[in-house]
Amino acid sequence: MGGRPITAMNIVCFPIGKLDKSILKEILRGGLEKIYEAGAALAGGHSVDDLELKYGLSVTGLVHPDRVWANAGAKPGDVLILTKPLGTGILATAIKAGLASAAAEAAAIELMATLNKQAAEVLLLYPVHGCTDITGFGLLGHALEMAQASRVTLTIETAEVPIMAEVLDHAGMGLVPAGSYANRNFCASSVRETGTIDPLLLDVMADAQTSGGLLVSLPPEVAARALENLHAAGIEQSAIIGRVSERSRGIVELR
Amino acid sequence: MSATVDARGLSCPQPVLMTLDTLKTVDHGEIVILVDTDTSKENVIRAASSKGWQVRSVQPEGIEYRITVAKV
Repeated sequence: MGGRPITAMNIVCFPIGKLDKSILKEILRGGLEKIYEAGAALAGGHSVDDLELKYGLSVTGLVHPDRVWANAGAKPGDVLILTKPLGTGILATAIKAGLASAAAEAAAIELMATLNKQAAEVLLLYPVHGCTDITGFGLLGHALEMAQASRVTLTIETAEVPIMAEVLDHAGMGLVPAGSYANRNFCASSVRETGTIDPLLLDVMADAQTSGGLLVSLPPEVAARALENLHAAGIEQSAIIGRVSERSRGIVELR
Repeated sequence: MSATVDARGLSCPQPVLMTLDTLKTVDHGEIVILVDTDTSKENVIRAASSKGWQVRSVQPEGIEYRITVAKV
């Protein structure tokens, strides 16, 4: 983290006998739009005829070796900021089920199509100690990785974590993807619950995200200003969600 | 009234949708739902509970689960 993308290569697996080629074209067009937005150039790619549709990018960039944002730098006393709300995994399942509202579906798509570029540019102005992006392991999984790499305890105030509209309702209806349950179970031995955490809220904390936000650990004296600047830059749902409480073997505490 | 939903071999959200569809057509009695993943088991239990059905039993049968829900 903390680098600048230079080139991107498409990687696409597509069931050419099953889906129309126009779908592939739209996917590649959307990807290219985002590559341009990120300030990078498309340098070719690989395609495979496959049973299930997959698309991704292999991105190469530049970063000063002293300014790499690793997930290992979180220090006791730091404040944690999350730059996007949670819930895209549960919402994607609800969309597949045809049970998400049009508004929730649009919000999920917009959130997933939003790059972390702008958030990163704001945060570059501050002495970031540790950073990770929230993707398939959910907030819980990626926070745990940060805690273990930094050998600290991350204390997350669940009531402060931004969550997209309808997500808790859909979780209560049983629209939780398998990956999110797997995250929850995988993290269980290193997660400490203080007080009673609603099981649905726990599932949202573990929900596998697509194109999630950044989780950033930074000194307390700059956290409020960084958050203000994130909001001013239009990253309105970013929030302070907790702090780094103490040295440890790597624990996430949920309150 | 009673009904059986066989959602074995299906992945989410299909078992939940089948359960919800059946709950809609039955206003009380007992429904048995067969699933074969832990994810489906948890999600089906939630779906039934959210509609006011009580989980009577969850029996593991090999790699499958037989979930019985009821409403009086």
